[in-house]
Amino acid sequence: MILTICRAWLLEMTAAFLFLVLPSISQAVPVDAPLADPALEARARALHKVIRCLVCQNQSIDDSNADLARDLRVVVRQRISLGGSDQEVLNYLVDRYGDWVLLNPPFNIRTLALWLGPVAILLLGGTVAVVVFRQQRSTHESKPEPLTAKEQARLNALLDNDRDAI
Amino acid sequence: MRLTHILPLVLFAVVALALGIGLTLNPRIIPSALIDKPVPEFTLPPVDGRPNGLAADDLRTGDVAIVNVFASWCGPCRIEHPLLMEIARSGEVPVHGINYKDLPRNAVTWLKRYGDPYQRVGSDRNGRVSIDWGVYGVPETFVVDRDGRIAYKHVGPMTRDDMDDKIMKKVRELQRK
Repeated sequence: MILTICRAWLLEMTAAFLFLVLPSISQAVPVDAPLADPALEARARALHKVIRCLVCQNQSIDDSNADLARDLRVVVRQRISLGGSDQEVLNYLVDRYGDWVLLNPPFNIRTLALWLGPVAILLLGGTVAVVVFRQQRSTHESKPEPLTAKEQARLNALLDNDRDAI
Repeated sequence: MRLTHILPLVLFAVVALALGIGLTLNPRIIPSALIDKPVPEFTLPPVDGRPNGLAADDLRTGDVAIVNVFASWCGPCRIEHPLLMEIARSGEVPVHGINYKDLPRNAVTWLKRYGDPYQRVGSDRNGRVSIDWGVYGVPETFVVDRDGRIAYKHVGPMTRDDMDDKIMKKVRELQRK
């Protein structure tokens, strides 16, 4: 009994540690210094969120603790503080790392299949579904052909046999 | 059997095949945006305790060259290092290095211990020049053509097959031009 309580308590404490303490520890890790101007810093942070951390693949550089992510955050801040527009900063990175550095892939000839593929598949699947359902409905609605005289006689005979058995 | 009955099966096969191929790709390998582009403008000082830094001008001398991004703290770099030594010993093509975010004394010790295949090594202490090269993980190996354009990029440690079938093949192809 006491053991069970102890175990439950331990589990709860572990969970509390994982969910409450750890995030604050990770937040406490000093991130590269923000820009003094809050407006510029806000722009830099917004850009950080749309730039992929190339090492960790599916995190933005804003989320990532990777070394390269930190370096890229610094690059973004520097370019912003030197007067670069958002688009110029993104272009700088795309020139070096390709479209892949953007978490949101741009719409161009190479990403056509990516953007339109799902719509095309949906349309195709929808068409197939409609055709199949229509066919099924038409087969359900059409009445079966009536029995021939021979078949009717055989059916009657079978039914009579059953009745005799009872 | 009617076409509409086979169609889902065909679609399934196509999707399964596409996803199957997708699964065998290595997501860590990102196509380089810099292929066929000139090498970035840069000047890197030598590693303290070793002569010859590396600059963009050193890659526009009319020779094909290999540029290898490495660090003493990088485990995979040690795996490919003997192959770089082999290329250097063959004298077929100059091998240059970019020492990525490394302490000079560690880099020098490392090169003393495992051999120094590089003609020139630029010390990229803060990694900024490597960002200009589109580097996202060491080691990375570039083949630069006679005009100083990036012709090929290999990400990660090269194996003997990578060296023979990709890197040196590209080098020889460019040298014939």
